[in-house]
Amino acid sequence: MRLATYLAKRIGYTIFVLLGLSILIFTLARVLPGDPARMALSPRAPEWAIEKLREQLRLNEPLPVQYLYWLRDVFSGSLGESLVTRRDVLTDITEFLPATLELLLFALIFDVAIAIPVGMLAGRKANTWVDNLVRGFAYIGVTIPAFVFAIIFLLVFGYILHIAPVVGRLSPGVVPPPRITGLFTIDSLITGNFSTFVDALSHLILPSLALALGPIAQEARITRASVVENLNKDYILASVSHGLPERLIVLKYLMKPSLIPTVSIMGLDIASLIGWAFLVESIFNWPGMSRYGIIAMLRKDLNAIVGVVMVTGLVFAIANILVDIIVSLLDPRIRMVERAK
Amino acid sequence: MLEKLKELGVLSPRKAEDYKKAWYKFSRNPLSIAGLAIVILVVALAILAPYVTPYPHHAGFFVDYDNANQPPSLAHPFGTDQFGRDVLTRIIFGFRYSLMMAATVLAIVTPPGVILGLIAGYYRDRWPDIVIMRVADIFVAVPPLVLALAICSVLEPNIFNAMMAVSLMWWPWYTRLVYGMASSLRMEPFVQAAEIVGASKFHIMFKEILPNCLGAILTKVTLDAAWVIILGSALSFVGLGAQPPTPDLGTMLSDGAKYMPGIWWITVFPAIAIAVIVLGFNLLGDGIRDVFAAEAH
Repeated sequence: MRLATYLAKRIGYTIFVLLGLSILIFTLARVLPGDPARMALSPRAPEWAIEKLREQLRLNEPLPVQYLYWLRDVFSGSLGESLVTRRDVLTDITEFLPATLELLLFALIFDVAIAIPVGMLAGRKANTWVDNLVRGFAYIGVTIPAFVFAIIFLLVFGYILHIAPVVGRLSPGVVPPPRITGLFTIDSLITGNFSTFVDALSHLILPSLALALGPIAQEARITRASVVENLNKDYILASVSHGLPERLIVLKYLMKPSLIPTVSIMGLDIASLIGWAFLVESIFNWPGMSRYGIIAMLRKDLNAIVGVVMVTGLVFAIANILVDIIVSLLDPRIRMVERAK
Repeated sequence: MLEKLKELGVLSPRKAEDYKKAWYKFSRNPLSIAGLAIVILVVALAILAPYVTPYPHHAGFFVDYDNANQPPSLAHPFGTDQFGRDVLTRIIFGFRYSLMMAATVLAIVTPPGVILGLIAGYYRDRWPDIVIMRVADIFVAVPPLVLALAICSVLEPNIFNAMMAVSLMWWPWYTRLVYGMASSLRMEPFVQAAEIVGASKFHIMFKEILPNCLGAILTKVTLDAAWVIILGSALSFVGLGAQPPTPDLGTMLSDGAKYMPGIWWITVFPAIAIAVIVLGFNLLGDGIRDVFAAEAH
């Protein structure tokens, strides 16, 4: 019940923020210097074609009127026509979004599966060679941006070592599984097509790892710091002196509070995953929404740019709400504070 | 240097003592010193680029197909690119653009971001707080890179517009940082005392609250320098920032990526260059944070 009211509040506020974002991005896209219609066509396009496109984009109307038209279209399920694909932007995004979500999902899986155990280990072995090794790798992970990792992976693992494929979601000739969720790995498992699953998975490894390395480094450092802090607390000393098995102490009493800062910072790390996906998808030719967004940006496709930014905002907002729920499940004190309000 | 400033009366003796202590704390961590050394080196190379590079005329538009795509050698330590230009020279000139980007963006963004944060924090729960922080929330509703890409895409692609685009979406991070600190400092006894003796709002915001936020702001500026450099190179990598033949590190990466993996040096050395600058600012920022964190305890 508590969670329900909290969620209702959060969702209400998210709608407000997204509306604000739509006004911001819509205004920026039209107020900034340059004629969008002229830029979308070519500088040498005939005047009548530019005028026609201007008419079609309603660029001759005053800005607030343009926005209201756009908003009306959104509520009737349309984000306007893309100048590149000549389809509704919403149709394009529903086609490309699952590929991006799959990439983000696997990046998150890598992130959690590597950062937490490594951070716990470094924290428990603080100031030993293990800790120093982890710290060294963490600095590398923090300082090298994801798109540079992507290029290096492409070169080393793709072209030199041939460990994993580096282009697209499936090998040429492999038939995509029937669309159920749009996530090839899940769809191929549902339909029992194991070889397609393996192929889709192998295509995911390099791009999702390139995305995940930054967050892994950051979260490993934060987990390490909170493990070190919690190890010095009295309740751990008490459980040790009670003779509780080490496994129990580490996995139950130490891990739970140590993960709270890690999960909290994940909200920010998800922002970096979503942001870098725009470059990593382009580098790996991953047919997702982010690559579609980059193409739209390079082609000055206004409706598609606005649509992609809005859907990115939506995905980011949902991810942050999920992070908040997980933090409140981990930390009863936060729930208590909510209750007290 | 410090002694001189003290004699001139620019620094009070107590202040000078504080700086000395801070420097002592900072210098005890070898990583912080390494960060400072990297940043100083990069800045010096950038300023002196025309004098220290072996082929300064290779920085911009220059073609020498006879020497194109040469692997690293004594004459060209980092090899030459597809037009026969020296990669080392172009990287050092690339530092200029990266640092200029970071300095410009942070100089534009920090003052308004900090002032808005001070106002919102001072008027906590009243309308200035609500208006400023709601608008800030809208700006951070999308990852910074995505908003910067979107803004750049509707502008002419060049390095100046890239700076403007990044500046436009960066201020809320300072507002949020200062807001958090100001709204709690506002309840501290020394601020309350100033208020009781009738200090003006301006005095309280800028003379009582702001000095206590400076450490955190300085730390963030240093760490953000790394972020802005990454963001700038990402924008030009995509083609929405600096354009060739500008020797920008991001442009060099995207140019070189086409020639992978055979001609790896065009891509790998600029990539390492970005990592080195970012590492330098990160280590320096961590060092500064430690100094101020130790002071707070």
